[in-house]
Amino acid sequence: MTAVTERQYQGQVHEHSRRLMAAWMDELSRAEAEGRPTGALMISGNCVELLRACHILPMFPEVTALQNAIRKKSLPLILKAEQAGYSSDNCAYVKADIGLFLDGGMGPGKPIPFPTITVCNYVGCNVYVKWFEHLADVSGSKLFMLDVPFVRTAEPSAADVRYVVSQLRELITLGESVSGQKFDIDELREILTHAARAEDGYARAKMLCKHHPAPFDAYFDAINMMGPINVLRGTREAAEFFDVAVAEFEGLVAQGLGPLSEERFRTVVEGPPPYPFYRSFRNLFARWGAVAVASTYSTVGGIWEWGFRHDPRRPLESIAEQMLRENLTNRSIVARYAQIKRYVEEWEADALVIHSIKSCRLFSAGQGDMRDYFTQKLGVPTLMVESDLEDPRYYAEAQIKNRIDAFFESLEHRKLVQSA
Amino acid sequence: MTPEQIIERSRELVAQPLGTVAERWKAEHPGGRTVAAYPVWAPAELIHAAGMLPLSLLGGGTSVELTHADARFQSFVCSIAKSTLELGFQGQVKGVDGLVFSNICDVARNLSSIYQRNFPGTFVEYLHLPQNSTSAAVGEYAAAELRRLAAAFGDAFGLTASPAALAKSIEVYDALRARLRALYALRIAEPHKLSTVELYTVLRACTLVPPEEGIGWLDVLLAELPRRAARARDRLRVVVEGAFCEQPPLGLLEVLEEAGCYVVEDDLLLGWRWFTTDVAGEGDPFERLGTAYVNQAVPSSTRHESRQHRSAGLIEKVRRAKADAVVFMPAKFCEPALFDYVLMKQGLEREGIPHLLVEFEEKMWTFERTRNEIETFVESMLFD
Ligand code: SF4
Ligand code: SF4
Repeated sequence: MTAVTERQYQGQVHEHSRRLMAAWMDELSRAEAEGRPTGALMISGNCVELLRACHILPMFPEVTALQNAIRKKSLPLILKAEQAGYSSDNCAYVKADIGLFLDGGMGPGKPIPFPTITVCNYVGCNVYVKWFEHLADVSGSKLFMLDVPFVRTAEPSAADVRYVVSQLRELITLGESVSGQKFDIDELREILTHAARAEDGYARAKMLCKHHPAPFDAYFDAINMMGPINVLRGTREAAEFFDVAVAEFEGLVAQGLGPLSEERFRTVVEGPPPYPFYRSFRNLFARWGAVAVASTYSTVGGIWEWGFRHDPRRPLESIAEQMLRENLTNRSIVARYAQIKRYVEEWEADALVIHSIKSCRLFSAGQGDMRDYFTQKLGVPTLMVESDLEDPRYYAEAQIKNRIDAFFESLEHRKLVQSA
Repeated sequence: MTPEQIIERSRELVAQPLGTVAERWKAEHPGGRTVAAYPVWAPAELIHAAGMLPLSLLGGGTSVELTHADARFQSFVCSIAKSTLELGFQGQVKGVDGLVFSNICDVARNLSSIYQRNFPGTFVEYLHLPQNSTSAAVGEYAAAELRRLAAAFGDAFGLTASPAALAKSIEVYDALRARLRALYALRIAEPHKLSTVELYTVLRACTLVPPEEGIGWLDVLLAELPRRAARARDRLRVVVEGAFCEQPPLGLLEVLEEAGCYVVEDDLLLGWRWFTTDVAGEGDPFERLGTAYVNQAVPSSTRHESRQHRSAGLIEKVRRAKADAVVFMPAKFCEPALFDYVLMKQGLEREGIPHLLVEFEEKMWTFERTRNEIETFVESMLFD
């Protein structure tokens, strides 16, 4: 069998995303000097549009944490936090963020400023509540707890929506006092129009992965789109970015090209990636010709592929609905089984890969049950490997490689038997 | 009954599988139902008002060998989550008709839906309790959430908690909690008259019997214990913090005292002692209970309170209980307790209050290392 190679396509998407994200980081680093207020937010089911409409520059500690991990800078920060008393068993994202502060990398006069306000969009993850309590404590910024009820009935109730909308109004009042500018609902509507366009583009891009071969890897390459959709959503630039991305992917589909020289296996990937070893982890799959055609991680900020869009005609209600309903983190792990099942069926995947993350119990606690469901109930070949998204100490490459190799070998064998 | 008999009876009850406790009550109450609440806060009033027996669901402790649950939950997940699921697999909660979980942490949340998937015949509800402590909308939301639970009981069991019944149950549980507060106050005043193992055992037993029965026990204890013959010793007065969910083994609590401490405050079974005073207000009982959950709450690692610093409640406990130090006792892998440890420890250090960290697991059975650590700590403090 010929060796599978990576097609160095990266193309415009990667570069374009990089440029947009760099511009945002740049803006952040100037915010303090320019006297612009900043607001820390979490990625999952966020209300970035509202901060934008309040003229507050959003900042995302999760993005800083993952960037430090990719640049292999996370371990010293984690160790700093552990020296200060954080447990080795707590989410390393938090530790890397607090470690950055302890290390002097965040705060007045630093490229990462202290947030003016800390808006904890408590959407699913309970660690968020702790993290932002700690961030508000070190930075002395005002903490706003935006409590979003977890989805525990078929649909969020009217009481849930009312509760979130009321808090959004209270956030607007706080935003006005911080920025000194009057909130304008029409401005929010315009921002939401851009948001909906970006959401549409992201969903279309994902749908293109139903093609054989998929034009991009919906796990490893989706990261290029996650910045624009989760961080820059609501800007014109983010909406235009997705126009470019979709056009590029459509071109690849027309040419029958995917990210690898050959697509031998189509997988659905569950769980965040090991950021400190992004590249090597990717290679372990690429050499088998395994391409992710869908992933759950790419939906932490929002599940757009089932059709939900922000609605400028119902601005606050639709923000509330998105926070409540249309993102992975605010839904139960068992609801995630249904999401994955749909991916496996509609995106015609051969297997499920579960990357179990020690840091993130939201994703991982109970994934053994998920494996049981997919293998025993549905007969979907399922691989489970364990490491971490931020802490390099939990990545055991040899062990992970062995498991991946054994899995795809048996999958290959199965394919051969089936085709015989 | 004498205090000794009550303590002995409590010991027996606590040692029994939850299913056995539930079955026995149901045998005495034909057609009755039981609903157990996972830590921390238990909506006991609501269960009681629907005519059911509220119980605490506290995992398997040392009694359950994991055979299925450890394939479902990874090694880095706390023990109580695994052993609770295992109780289901081993049939040890047969007789318990419903389970209620709430948003204390990501593990408990995932457990709730995984339990439901594996045991579709059991009624499982997940409550989202408010984390916003100051919004004008929080009372209305909390009341709606409690009404939702009441409606779910109605759908599942045909048993409803009417507003009148709920108001009555709030009174009953207020009475139980007032006595628990009094017992805690007694321990602060005379810790030699009531050991923590005893207090914990009785408290835990109170979560396994109808509240009216618990009230009877507590009345006896409050009347009799002050007369108990016991000699005060020279021990370190400590507050135990962090053991609000997974249950520390009794042996660990014993060791703590044997090694030279009086535990004068703790957060054991905190959810059953949630309100600092009787539930306030006059009107709709759902609203009263929901508002009290936020406004009359004890400080807890599982609820955000933006009106005070994370360490304030702990410092207040230390002062009120005239404690010398804090023993942090988080369960291994317990996210809320381990995160709070940092902010609380910093707060204590600012106030000059000494502290010690002792992690535990419910299935722990040797305590020698812990004994040494505590002894060293106590010595360093007492002979300073
Ligand atoms: S627990 Fe998971 S979702 Fe929560 S902050 Fe950590 S990595 Fe993010
Ligand atoms: S012990 Fe801690 S982590 Fe485990 S379920 Fe309880 S609160 Fe959650």
